[in-house]
Amino acid sequence: MEDALLYSRLQFAFTITYHYLFPQLTMGLALIIVIYKGLYLKTNQLIFNDSAKFWAKIFAVNFGMGVVTGLPMEFQFGTNWAQFSERTGNIIGQTLAMEGMFSFFLESSFLGLFLFGEKLLGKKLHFMTAFLIFVGSWASGYLIIATHSWMQNPVGHEILANGKFVLKNFSDLFSNPWLLPSFFHNQMASMVTTSFVIGGTGAFYLLVKKHRQYGMLFLKTAIITGVISTLSVAFPTGDLLAQQVAKSQPITLAAMEGLFDAEEGAPIVLIGQPNMTTQRLDNKIEVPKLLSFLTYQRWNAEIKGLNDFPREEWPTNIPGLYYSYHIMVGLGTIFIGIMLLGIWYLWRKKLEVKRWFLWVLLFAMPFPYIANTAGWYTSELGRQPYLVYGLFKTADGVSENVSAGNSLFTLLGFVGLYLVLGFIMLILVGKIVHKGPETTLKNT
Amino acid sequence: MEITWYVIVCFMLVMYIVLDGFDFGAGIIHLLFAKTDEEKKQVMRAIGPFWDGNEVWLVATGGVLFAAFPTLYASAFSGFYLPLIFILWLFIFRALGIEFTYLINHELWIKPWQKGFGISSLLLALFFGIAFGNIIRGVNLGGVENGIAQFKHQYSFFTPLWDSSFSPFAERPGVIDWFTLTIGLVAVLTLIIHGAYWIILKTEGDFVKNLQSKILPLWIALLVFILISLFAFMAMKSFNKELFAQHPSAYLLPFMALLGFIGMLLFAKSNKHWLGFTSSTLFIISGIGSAVTAMFPVVLPSTNSQVPSLTIYNTSSETYGLQVGLVWWVIAFVLILVYFTYVHRVYKGKLTEKHDHH
Repeated sequence: MEDALLYSRLQFAFTITYHYLFPQLTMGLALIIVIYKGLYLKTNQLIFNDSAKFWAKIFAVNFGMGVVTGLPMEFQFGTNWAQFSERTGNIIGQTLAMEGMFSFFLESSFLGLFLFGEKLLGKKLHFMTAFLIFVGSWASGYLIIATHSWMQNPVGHEILANGKFVLKNFSDLFSNPWLLPSFFHNQMASMVTTSFVIGGTGAFYLLVKKHRQYGMLFLKTAIITGVISTLSVAFPTGDLLAQQVAKSQPITLAAMEGLFDAEEGAPIVLIGQPNMTTQRLDNKIEVPKLLSFLTYQRWNAEIKGLNDFPREEWPTNIPGLYYSYHIMVGLGTIFIGIMLLGIWYLWRKKLEVKRWFLWVLLFAMPFPYIANTAGWYTSELGRQPYLVYGLFKTADGVSENVSAGNSLFTLLGFVGLYLVLGFIMLILVGKIVHKGPETTLKNT
Repeated sequence: MEITWYVIVCFMLVMYIVLDGFDFGAGIIHLLFAKTDEEKKQVMRAIGPFWDGNEVWLVATGGVLFAAFPTLYASAFSGFYLPLIFILWLFIFRALGIEFTYLINHELWIKPWQKGFGISSLLLALFFGIAFGNIIRGVNLGGVENGIAQFKHQYSFFTPLWDSSFSPFAERPGVIDWFTLTIGLVAVLTLIIHGAYWIILKTEGDFVKNLQSKILPLWIALLVFILISLFAFMAMKSFNKELFAQHPSAYLLPFMALLGFIGMLLFAKSNKHWLGFTSSTLFIISGIGSAVTAMFPVVLPSTNSQVPSLTIYNTSSETYGLQVGLVWWVIAFVLILVYFTYVHRVYKGKLTEKHDHH
């Protein structure tokens, strides 16, 4: 049973981590494509339409990967987490089913028309299809985060004598205070990934001296959206989410910050390693009192430490949680720095001559993916040992009838299959980027 | 309320099978009958704009099943663990086979994806048939061995891939036995014919004539397997004879299935191409309709005598959840009808090369 639980957890973690590499780009690209199509509609400049088309190709490959890796996610609730599904299906089934009924139908109906129907539809209707895909993909994110928020901060339900969670108030699921900060934090993080992917591609074109006009447009787009998104990931969305964590999961906040004992005027630790035996942080560099201020807007407010709570309530993997959180925040800070520098060079019209900066942008491309993943790990590890915070333990949710052998077999199968898919997808995206935007401009 | 949701789930499932069914059929035709590259492209063209939207019906059905009948969802998905994961892997291959085949114009790239698309379509049709056969036949709920349930929950079960007796009447039958395999073949043959009618409807040329001549032998083979499965089903305990006695109007469903089945042969060479497709659609809808009606209200029969079968009543969500669910479901469904009508209007009529994606 122990092994079966571990393999089921690993399988879910692996498949969801891999899956989310794709939506974080497609949600952002959907918005960028709408912006390009809108600019084309307004200004009639072909460069915007060419760029929309180019990113639509990359969107299509990523979207396809998102769909095929998303299907196993929905199935796994039932296959590996039958006890959880049986007891909470009443609630999370609602939001998951709504995702299928509202978003997936919208996206899939118009994706074909958007990708291949420009001539059949004409300018305005084609813009509309792009817009509907954007709405569908963001709605999908919203409904998934509504599900996630209920698990983090359960509301609007009642627990029956047989242990079943029953929906009492539907609108509570959507007025959950956890929902909006998480949603916007996540969407902004998705825009960060998208900005760096577009920016990296633009930088690549300038570095190899190909498709110059497009490279410049991509860089501009990336830096403008990048400045907005990197800043708003931290403030206000990240900040609001952290306050929500402080309110509903104070133990999680303490573990994220590596705070073992309660402190008045608690510092924010920039670097340090949690030592679980001595129960303190080794080699730390910190900014005094900042955590208290950010959480309660008072420099000397008291923040509870892990030791204020019973041991069995502690998150099960405190170092993992601490590092995930710090990797996310650390990278997020670096992203802000890069983008601010970028907007300075953009303003001074020096982007093209600062070749070292273009190299930085090119090599920064993978890091938002790492930051996004670390952010989700913070959220998920922070919720442990619970599936539904405070009410339903992870160990009680696993399918009792799936043996360790079966789940290990399928876990390894997913790892192998996804590895192959990853290669194929990189070949395809590489090919699209190498070919570059198909220009309809006269003098390039 | 349970009955309403059961009708909704069945409706969505049947929509999925009718819609994605022709994609599976097209995939099998792509594997077995389409020889030249032009013919293969013609098959892909017929399903290109639609398959993705069709597949969403499965995802949505899964979600709705989860919300309305969580116990059934938990029971069936965990009990059929390995077969379901295989189905997921096949789905991945099929989707990529459709979308990625023509992205790199080289024989070494195109060939494996084409085969991948065809083989995964064939196996998916077979597996879905087998899955449906399992649901009709039932499983060893509670994991009963020697009269004692092995699992904590009554809804839990484990079905091995096969059992040495290979019989649907064994106490602990496997996923694959001669009955479920027969249903699997019924599904494969039905979907080939269904897919052929779709290609006949949506494209033109010599390949269409070729397909029309293939329908008779396929139909005869289908008839044989249907007869075998019917006789086996009559002998099963999940067959609710009283229901037909009490509600003679229920006979309408098998009767419509029969009409559809005859139509599937009759209109093979007809110039009114929509008649054939309508017949195969009618056959699928009323065939599945007959089976689920004959089992009502059981949704997953128990093969042992200790643990009761799962029904729509002992697996459903609470009333409040079902009520609010109905509100948003109706809203979403109206929207879906709008998208669906719009997309099919843009792509109405015969699809020619100008509709090609790549």
